[in-house]
Amino acid sequence: MSTEPLLKIEGLTKHFPIRTGLLGRQVGAVKAVDAVDLTIEEGTTLGLVGESGCGKTTLGRCIVRAHDPTGGRMLYRRPDGSVVDVAGLSEKELKPYRGQVRMIFQDPHSSLNPRKTLREIIGEPMRAHRYGAKEEIHARVGELLDRVGLRPEYANRYPHAFSGGERQRVGIARALALSPRLVVADEAVSALDVSVRAQILNLLTDLQEESGIGFLFVSHDLGIIEHVADVVAVMYLGKVVEQGPTGELYGRPLHPYTEALLSAVPDPDPAARKRRERIKLLGDIADPAHVPPGCPFHPRCVYAKDVCRTDPPPLREVGGRRVACHFAEELELRGVPDPDVREDPVMTA
Amino acid sequence: MPEDDVLLEIEDLRTHFLLDDGVVCAVDGVDLRVRKGETLAIVGESGCGKSVMARSILRLVDPPGQIEGGRITLHREDGPVELVGADKRLLRQVRWRDIAMVFQEPMASLSLVHTIGSQIVEAVRLHENVGKAEARERAIDMLDRVGIPKPRRRVDAYPFELSGGMRQRAMIAMALSCRPSLLIADEPTTALDVTTQAQILELLRDLQAEFGMAIMMITHDLGVAAQVADRMAVMYLGRVVEYGAAEQVLSAPRHPYAQALLRSMPRLGRASRTRLAAIKGMVPPPFARPAGCTFHPRCDSAMTGRCDTVTPSRIPVGDREVSCLLYDDEQEERP
Repeated sequence: MSTEPLLKIEGLTKHFPIRTGLLGRQVGAVKAVDAVDLTIEEGTTLGLVGESGCGKTTLGRCIVRAHDPTGGRMLYRRPDGSVVDVAGLSEKELKPYRGQVRMIFQDPHSSLNPRKTLREIIGEPMRAHRYGAKEEIHARVGELLDRVGLRPEYANRYPHAFSGGERQRVGIARALALSPRLVVADEAVSALDVSVRAQILNLLTDLQEESGIGFLFVSHDLGIIEHVADVVAVMYLGKVVEQGPTGELYGRPLHPYTEALLSAVPDPDPAARKRRERIKLLGDIADPAHVPPGCPFHPRCVYAKDVCRTDPPPLREVGGRRVACHFAEELELRGVPDPDVREDPVMTA
Repeated sequence: MPEDDVLLEIEDLRTHFLLDDGVVCAVDGVDLRVRKGETLAIVGESGCGKSVMARSILRLVDPPGQIEGGRITLHREDGPVELVGADKRLLRQVRWRDIAMVFQEPMASLSLVHTIGSQIVEAVRLHENVGKAEARERAIDMLDRVGIPKPRRRVDAYPFELSGGMRQRAMIAMALSCRPSLLIADEPTTALDVTTQAQILELLRDLQAEFGMAIMMITHDLGVAAQVADRMAVMYLGRVVEYGAAEQVLSAPRHPYAQALLRSMPRLGRASRTRLAAIKGMVPPPFARPAGCTFHPRCDSAMTGRCDTVTPSRIPVGDREVSCLLYDDEQEERP
């Protein structure tokens, strides 16, 4: 293993200006991503979870440079081991990076051009990056289709002939075309049916084991994140509020927001309905344009005290994890009990 | 035999879409019963016909879809009425008054240019002989009950001024404003965040305890069904494949499709990075419905020569009904 992570994000910030009036005067900013630090190691999956409006999608888009970050650094380790800050690269300098860092989108219906065949769609990144002669690209498209579980003969067909799950496979094949090192999957399975979703998740796991791709998996679904991620980061209003290894974070959350999210997930086990008690969140998610002072989560937090209303808690190390809560050590928060030992409601990690 | 507490009875309902390329049997012989005050969850993947089935009840299926056959009987206080073939006057009476519906996307079912209050007032006054002021008080009271803060002020808000969760609450307030005996909720929480979803599900449970209405909850999410359902029906390709008490269907499903669906769900607390048990293949295209049991090409326990030719009928297995030939023998053994 090399020492440097595949991607190291430091203080990444993305603000969207709020403009008003005839002259478009800026009156404020939506702090969609606010000083976020994260690392993604080769061959591992970082799960990014949070409610809508928490900035998880913006963060993913900054990484593939679909958005230009307002501030911060994104240190990417090239295949030769050298490290480059991709936040500051020009469009021309970005080109090799764009081949190595790819994205899978949520909606398989709108992310594929309906007027192009699968061969053109999957071959497009290869043409843009001068992969090789036409025949080589054709052969590679066939290979990719086969790898994602579609018949190579389908290459001449158009996206409308395929179901949602098949289209998502096409999107994955396109992302894999240039053998990427990092893939950002933004709600990649959220639009799919349960049975198809399992197929796609298994496919992504296999691909990672084969070629050591690093994944940033963005989702609002805690069940899926637990399933795919090695490390989970929970975002709230543009900031990471808790981060840690998946099992530890789910087993014993340190941030009240993580606890509330976990308790809100509906469990299909009918017995669990009676056993588990939901942690009530007060009100709705706050407006990212008007972030509350102090801890941004305090208006919804059942444990909030006076200090939470005034002092923003820093993201700090607690027991090998990172958490932004003044009372991380004192609170005894409930996680998800291991299903095999569910009879015991009090679980400590 | 109709029992005393049955509110809605659906018998052999068939809703087909007559398209140029052929006929799509979206609902293909569904039998269901909703009892008074209980919650029935209809679970299935997209394309299984659960939404079309629900819309058929209120006759909301748009052409080229049409109800080809079957009976939908609503047992009202003053006697049963038949909804398939009912005239417009009766339908207008039944909608909102007896059966109200809440949809996935409240923005699409609320008027954008009218305030929340005026929309509730309109619904109330259409169905009940009350004055404007009284209807407005009712609207405020309903908004209060569904947990919208400052209802006296929010009654004059437009839908775009509310958050997604609040809009869905307003939609529920409107649906319950005429005290229906059945609320049909079609994926009411699918567009919402998990925390808001939990709030809405809890609200539905509380309102059911308060008003005593029955709920038909349509969802693709077995977790959501487990939170609210007393009884559950699992649908696949226009048919109900398993129907029974929710607790039993979820803890010990009998139909191979219901079993596979439950296995393929990622569940919290499972060791991460284990392989999910996916269902092989995919839902077949609507024109190419497999012969025999429609699930047999994807079924691990399919019996060659039987499942691909014989269409399974509903077989009582214990206190459940399962449409699967695997349980055919069990039935025959009985006297």
